[in-house]
Amino acid sequence: MSLEFLAYCAFFLTVALTYAVIVLGLNVQWGQTGLFNVGVAGFVAVGAYVSALLTSPAVEGRFGGLDLPILVGWLGAFVAAGLLSALIGWMTIRLRADYLAISTFGIAVTVQLAVLNLEDVTGGPFGISLIPRPFGDLAGRSLAFSLANLALLVAVVFGLYLMLQHLAKSPWGRALRAIREDEMAAEALGKSPRRFRIEAFALGGAIMGLGGAAQAHFIGFIAPENYLPMLTFQVWAMLIVGGSGNNRGAILGALLVWALWAASSALVEALAPAGEQARAASLQTVIIGVALCAILLFRPQGLLPEPGGARRRLPFLRRWRGTPAATTGSDRT
Amino acid sequence: MSGQILLEGLLAGAMIGLGAVGLTLTYSILRFANFAHGELLSWGAYLSLSLSLAIGAVSGASLAPLDPFSVSAALILAGLLAMALTAVLALAVDHLLFARLRGRGATAIIVVMASFGASMALRSLLEFLYTSKPAYYSRELQIAMPLPGGIRATPDQLLLIGLAFVAVIAVHLLLTRTDLGRAMRAVSENPALAGVVGIDTAKIVRAVWIIGGALACTAGTMSGLLVQIRPYMGFDLLLPLFAAVILGGIGSVPGAMLGGLIVGLCEALAVQTIGAEWRAAVAFAVITVVLVLRPTGLFGRAA
Repeated sequence: MSLEFLAYCAFFLTVALTYAVIVLGLNVQWGQTGLFNVGVAGFVAVGAYVSALLTSPAVEGRFGGLDLPILVGWLGAFVAAGLLSALIGWMTIRLRADYLAISTFGIAVTVQLAVLNLEDVTGGPFGISLIPRPFGDLAGRSLAFSLANLALLVAVVFGLYLMLQHLAKSPWGRALRAIREDEMAAEALGKSPRRFRIEAFALGGAIMGLGGAAQAHFIGFIAPENYLPMLTFQVWAMLIVGGSGNNRGAILGALLVWALWAASSALVEALAPAGEQARAASLQTVIIGVALCAILLFRPQGLLPEPGGARRRLPFLRRWRGTPAATTGSDRT
Repeated sequence: MSGQILLEGLLAGAMIGLGAVGLTLTYSILRFANFAHGELLSWGAYLSLSLSLAIGAVSGASLAPLDPFSVSAALILAGLLAMALTAVLALAVDHLLFARLRGRGATAIIVVMASFGASMALRSLLEFLYTSKPAYYSRELQIAMPLPGGIRATPDQLLLIGLAFVAVIAVHLLLTRTDLGRAMRAVSENPALAGVVGIDTAKIVRAVWIIGGALACTAGTMSGLLVQIRPYMGFDLLLPLFAAVILGGIGSVPGAMLGGLIVGLCEALAVQTIGAEWRAAVAFAVITVVLVLRPTGLFGRAA
């Protein structure tokens, strides 16, 4: 009983961490750079499908099924989603900011349509099954399997976190923030805003693709309806709740929102009468939508604000907070 | 291009154009891409439905269609009332959400994001109230009449093309011939300067939502009459609406209408040549071509 519960917790956390990967990708685009992507689901889908095609066993009458190692699939997902993002970025980032939003919205619709209609490649509405799962030989022992996958995802998220933290502090990350805060000043200092933005957009998209691949391999099955606009919406809610611009906030937001989502879904399932499940689920979406707007109105910085956000604007606060406890402490004793 | 494709394209285009006119006005005067505009179409369609049923129930007899159309007198009255109610809905969303963000000096992209959240909430609320099962204004079957040139069209289709034409002319005259229209264009060009010469910006913002909401309701009700009423109908039209706005040039009312017609014709052509399952990608293809070749659109000014 408790073992089963443990296995369920591991499963839940693993799914939440696959979302955390996607939210980290969005944080590079929005949190660090201020690029608004309304088509997260499209980039996630590209990653998931590319990895699935590279690694799943061959199927009669369908393209792909190359049976390659999982790592190759994940790498392919990263590169494919990154290239797609670079292309979109190149096309729209020189224009007004909301053209990017509209284009990403369009790409998500088009990707959704493509995976639904290109049956010879994507399996159409039936999707792709038999995607190899990491530690698949442990599948008989559910607890060991769940824990091994959880460990893998923890490692992926932690690795990404370290890399992104490092990038944010690097000259590249500083230039990005400079461009976001004051484009003209950054340009005067010789930084090309357009190039930096396209790079950030491509990196963020690539990470989303990786997240999509991780999700696909953990579940073992993908279908077009996994990548509806609802996914984009969930990922946004996670980033906004956690605090955009803050990588730890992005991870926290993913865990928290996924927990709320799963709990409220369970509640809906338990409380709503059998015929009214779909209606109750739409009410759940209404509440999340209103909550997102409320956060934008009343706490735009999210749970964990961007590091240095408020302090940068109030220098005395930095001095006050930034002094090591030892000095103030020694004064008092 | 055969005449039938032309007619199909014209119909879809008239619908897209009507929705796009409202979208282009909010885009140019409030300066953000409103992702919740599609929901105004859906809400308009459902409001028309509920009101026409209510009017029919109260008056008893007015549900019979006006020959040769499938439209009843109740639906016409309901449509007019629904236009007002959709405008009220647009004003309410602005008051609760967008106006507060504007007042706080939020960047355009935050407002866009809020509109994205609002669109999700509004759409799911419709799904909750009406379920996702498609609804219809009338079960009346319409027989297509043969027209010259081998085209076949139902009376409803011809009525709606005429209606769209009248609506666009009316908005065009409003914008070019009245003081309100001139003030709206002034705010769109330069809000600070418009304020200096004594234009009441808050009044202009209200006017934009009222016109946009009423036109969205018209487009939504048309779409419901021609196809069916679903909670996702407006969301599915959002990409074609944006395509029409960008193609026409942001802020241009004739541009939005022409853009809508072009997108509608491209869709009809694609349905004939490539297949109906790719229809939704046409709008994105149009956006891509415009952004690469002429980002300001047909009638737009450089930003």
